[in-house]
Amino acid sequence: MDIAQNILLTIMTAATPLLIAAIGELVVERSGVLNLGVEGMMVIGAVCGFAATLLSGSPWIGMLAAIAAGAFFSLLFGVLTLSLAANQVATGLSLTLLGLGLSGMIGESFVGSAGIKLANLDIPVLGDIPLVGRLIFGQDPIFYISLILTGGVAWFLFRTRAGLTLRAIGDNHASAHALGINVLKIRYLAVMFGGACAGLAGAHLSLVYTPQWVENMTAGRGWIALALVVFASWRPWRVLGGAYLFGAVSIGQLHAQALGFGIPSQFLSALPYVATIVVLVIISRDRRLTLMNTPASLGQPFVPDR
Amino acid sequence: MHIELQKRPVPSTLYAVLSPFIALALTLVAGAILFMALGKNPFDALYSFFIEPLTEVWSIHELTVKAAPLILIAVGLSVCYRSNNWNIGAEGQFIMGGILGSLVPILMPGFQSWLTLPLMLVLGMIGGAAWGAIPAYLKTRFNTNEILVSLMLVYTAQLFLDWLARGVLRDPNGNNFPGSIRFSEAARLPEIIPSQGSAHYGLVLALVAAVVVWFMLRFTLNGFEVRVLGANPRAGRFAGFSQTRMAFFAFLLSGGLAGLAGIAEVSGAIGQLRETISPGYGFTAIIVAFLGRLSPLGAIAAGFMLALTYLGGEAAQMTLGISDKVGRVFQGLLLFFVLGCDTLINYRVRLVWRKATAPAGGQA
Repeated sequence: MDIAQNILLTIMTAATPLLIAAIGELVVERSGVLNLGVEGMMVIGAVCGFAATLLSGSPWIGMLAAIAAGAFFSLLFGVLTLSLAANQVATGLSLTLLGLGLSGMIGESFVGSAGIKLANLDIPVLGDIPLVGRLIFGQDPIFYISLILTGGVAWFLFRTRAGLTLRAIGDNHASAHALGINVLKIRYLAVMFGGACAGLAGAHLSLVYTPQWVENMTAGRGWIALALVVFASWRPWRVLGGAYLFGAVSIGQLHAQALGFGIPSQFLSALPYVATIVVLVIISRDRRLTLMNTPASLGQPFVPDR
Repeated sequence: MHIELQKRPVPSTLYAVLSPFIALALTLVAGAILFMALGKNPFDALYSFFIEPLTEVWSIHELTVKAAPLILIAVGLSVCYRSNNWNIGAEGQFIMGGILGSLVPILMPGFQSWLTLPLMLVLGMIGGAAWGAIPAYLKTRFNTNEILVSLMLVYTAQLFLDWLARGVLRDPNGNNFPGSIRFSEAARLPEIIPSQGSAHYGLVLALVAAVVVWFMLRFTLNGFEVRVLGANPRAGRFAGFSQTRMAFFAFLLSGGLAGLAGIAEVSGAIGQLRETISPGYGFTAIIVAFLGRLSPLGAIAAGFMLALTYLGGEAAQMTLGISDKVGRVFQGLLLFFVLGCDTLINYRVRLVWRKATAPAGGQA
């Protein structure tokens, strides 16, 4: 029974960074902006979180630094695509390339340093409940934040006026502008929220998942988060489901590697990436359904006329 | 303060020429600031980064070795991006080309004739094109996002190469080190001037590819199709151009050129199949394509520029003791500034201070 609980725990831990990054990107895309720089913002968050933790001695400060770094880094994307109406696909790519380079430079002196793990919650009696005790009461703080974020974003998007405004901008920025809504301002806020989430997701990697800094430690998770948003057809609770599914795939392949089975480890390591492709194909097969769910002005630049 | 854009009636030809140079200048300024932040004299640092690699014959040879794959890949990507097909998996196509082409000298080491090398190059192109055909097929058949698929295939190709180089294709007499047997002379892409340095004929392949694709874009119906479908898909459909065919054409061409670059790298620069064969050429080539304004001829100049950032990174590490990651930071910065400066072509850009616009702009 303990084994089942442990496997579930590792799946949740593997899924948390995917979930957080994808929830952030979901808000960005709901506002009509496609930011392909998730991987870059995530890796910047990971390195800044790790560095700030070592320098300050507190992983909490590291976590906040990662959030701030992600949000600040996403501003670069904002200025280019929102204020200068640059191509969103290309700018997002450049954010990823710059983030990978910059994080390698910042993190060079931290390679090999022992990190400090963000401690798990430890509630004496409740944590000892068999089966579910540690699952519910004994995980890392960022796990709980990820659930709050998912619920919060779902509530914000579909239950508040501001959320309605954000979705309206994503579906038709020209009409929203005509109604007097400040399209660019709200998009800036959405982009920065996405950056902050990606930064937090990166912090989860370098402060919880593997408390150390390794170059390129995001290993494509930012891209998988992007795929999750499509997979979830832009709905927060489906992102949660998708993230846990991918967490299960990546933990499953790790266990399979440990057990051997005679399958080369590289083939098992490729499994999450192949699974992403398969899932994307299944989801996007129905063109009509995709068109219905996709924010209509996704990826299109908006220049307000005066 | 905010930025106000005003659409130009026609795109500015002046800025179309100037914008890459403005971007370069801004990158140098940003680089100087970066070096100062690292506590180095910015002029010395920029000198050793951008000028020093050009002062010696052998390092100019090195420059062409790095520029050749970048140009080859970027030429194909230019066609892709122009036609609105977002192939960002050239790195994977590069690797698959390198693998398939290498099978000839690894599996048939005895087969050494004038045919060996051409066969390898053709197989390299086929390998890259086949890997590029996957996102094209999924995009046109299932409407699947080609950006994500082509990128996921990069990771897959990297792991596949790792498995081959450590497993089935490993040199049995290699003391368990990863990597295949070394290629015979007949399977090596020859060096241009062997007595002087390492430049190999990959550069010639790159230049020929750039000119051929430029000619195709400029003077053939196919090239016209690329431009129309990229600029205005609706108009393209009315003209009877098929987006499906264009997606395949763009991905097969860019995949094939990336594969050719891959086998040229393995057979020219490395001489055996290793567990990694690319320092990120497939991604850097994206920057090359944009810096070259998505023109095959522009890609030549841009390819040399980006090749310099690889050498500059190494030089900066040796002479200044700063991380060679600086090279990658420069690459990222450069793409940022290129994309930002491209706005100048289609828009007039004005910086507006809030107070000055209060009567006209409201509380924006």
